[in-house]
Amino acid sequence: MLLEVKHVTMRFGGVRALDGISLGVEVGTVHGLIGPNGAGKTTLINILSGVAAPSSGEVRFLDQMIQGLPPHRIAALGMARTFQNIRLFPTMTCLENVIAGQHLVAERPLLPRFLCLPVAARKEKEYRDQAMECLERVGIADQASFLARNLSYGDRRRLEIARALASSPRMLLLDEPVAGMRQRGLRQIGDLVRSLAEEGMTVLLIEHNMGFVMDLCSRITVLSFGRTITTGTPAEVGEHPEVIEAYLGGQENHA
Amino acid sequence: MEFVTHLLAVYGSLLNFIGIQSLLALSLYITLSAGQLSLGNAAFAGIGGYVSGVLSLHYGLSYILALIAGSASAGVVALVIGLPVLRLRGVFLAMATLAFGEVVRIAAVNLTITGGAQGLVGIPNRTKGWMIYLVLAVVCYVVARLRGSRVGWSFATIREDETAAATLGIHTTYYKTLAFVMGAVIAGLAGGMYAHLTFIISPGEFGFSAAVQLLIYNIVGGTRTWPGPILGTVLLIILPEVLRGIGVAAGALRMAVNGLVLLLVILFLPNGLASLFQGGSRQTPKVAPLPREEA
Repeated sequence: MLLEVKHVTMRFGGVRALDGISLGVEVGTVHGLIGPNGAGKTTLINILSGVAAPSSGEVRFLDQMIQGLPPHRIAALGMARTFQNIRLFPTMTCLENVIAGQHLVAERPLLPRFLCLPVAARKEKEYRDQAMECLERVGIADQASFLARNLSYGDRRRLEIARALASSPRMLLLDEPVAGMRQRGLRQIGDLVRSLAEEGMTVLLIEHNMGFVMDLCSRITVLSFGRTITTGTPAEVGEHPEVIEAYLGGQENHA
Repeated sequence: MEFVTHLLAVYGSLLNFIGIQSLLALSLYITLSAGQLSLGNAAFAGIGGYVSGVLSLHYGLSYILALIAGSASAGVVALVIGLPVLRLRGVFLAMATLAFGEVVRIAAVNLTITGGAQGLVGIPNRTKGWMIYLVLAVVCYVVARLRGSRVGWSFATIREDETAAATLGIHTTYYKTLAFVMGAVIAGLAGGMYAHLTFIISPGEFGFSAAVQLLIYNIVGGTRTWPGPILGTVLLIILPEVLRGIGVAAGALRMAVNGLVLLLVILFLPNGLASLFQGGSRQTPKVAPLPREEA
């Protein structure tokens, strides 16, 4: 297990957004996380990335307890994420957004820059090429010099993925990566996620588009009202009675 | 040559003042470049000025050592303030530095060693115009090369979105504190040079209005590139002199002119005067591409 979540609870005042969640994600798999609105999916991603600290419970990543660690420490272990409500750097260009994402892998030390050593320029070119590769992978290399705020909605989501890939993470948390995208976008992001998994990256994917999730994930965890309903293969999850109830509503029992 | 000598004789003190104020504006620019609003840079200049002034006046320390001591004291004080405050986000640094500025001013008024409200009198005159501009050139170079370094990228990223920056592995508290302390060190240095230029420094020079003035230099000039704050400083210091030259009493109108310039810049050049010289490469938003067909 690359990532193990054990009995994680998150309270906001009296509300339990997460109520004893447990799940495990294997290395190199695409693991889906689904559930109706308000099930606690984004809260869980926030905890995994350190943006929020759980009220109780344990999160293990690479056999280290990471719950409650600050985000930069968790990122340094190889965890990258995207945001459901896109958080790009709006006044930077696409390329600059990805360069900003290279913080953990690019040194860019001060002294060679102050002395204008050729080594600094050479390394800089390498980093820029790597950043361009990230943009190419998500399919927006042609817009490298556009400001992030001028991108279309779908392309902003792509740019967020490119920025997350810039640090070559072990694990990628994708929070609704294809929301608002049409068929072609879905296909391209699907192919991208598949190829990342083939290279050994582990992906935890939140998505409402069922076809997309069923098609891509080897295992799926279903949340509803802060609890885990089930974890299984797409086929198992699709037939699980409680999942169908959570999504379609149960039979009404009239007294 | 004669012309230059004449110019320096008439405007030498003005040029020195512009140099010092440019340094102070740049010190705030560094802090702003990491998205942090400090209203304490005038007070840091005060600390630098008083510490170095007292050391060379009362303890006979050499000029260079006094400057280093003044600058370092400002940096240490900034570290002490910054570490607790910069763990938080938002307006807390502005609030804390606002209060801090008053503390420094009141301390300078009430302490005996600072000369009280009269000010510290008789500081040896060691700072020469070329020294100010040498230091200014070095600081400009450092600030310019900082951009594009790991530190510079971290500052820019935090300024854009602190939460996203943290998830990219950036230790936000560290870099925010670094930006604040770097600004304080440069402000302290400028304050020390100023003290050794003017013979006398008094608490009022480092108060709230001085802090706000630095902010105005930055806003008018632009906070996206390093020439911005210098441009703003030069304009806002020269403008009253020019007005006096054409017969408008500068003293009374100075703040009104400042206000008018500030208003015009905010209305028509939201990225500051520096954006006029950018050729529209970064400052003006690029035309959005046509929506890509995704059928």
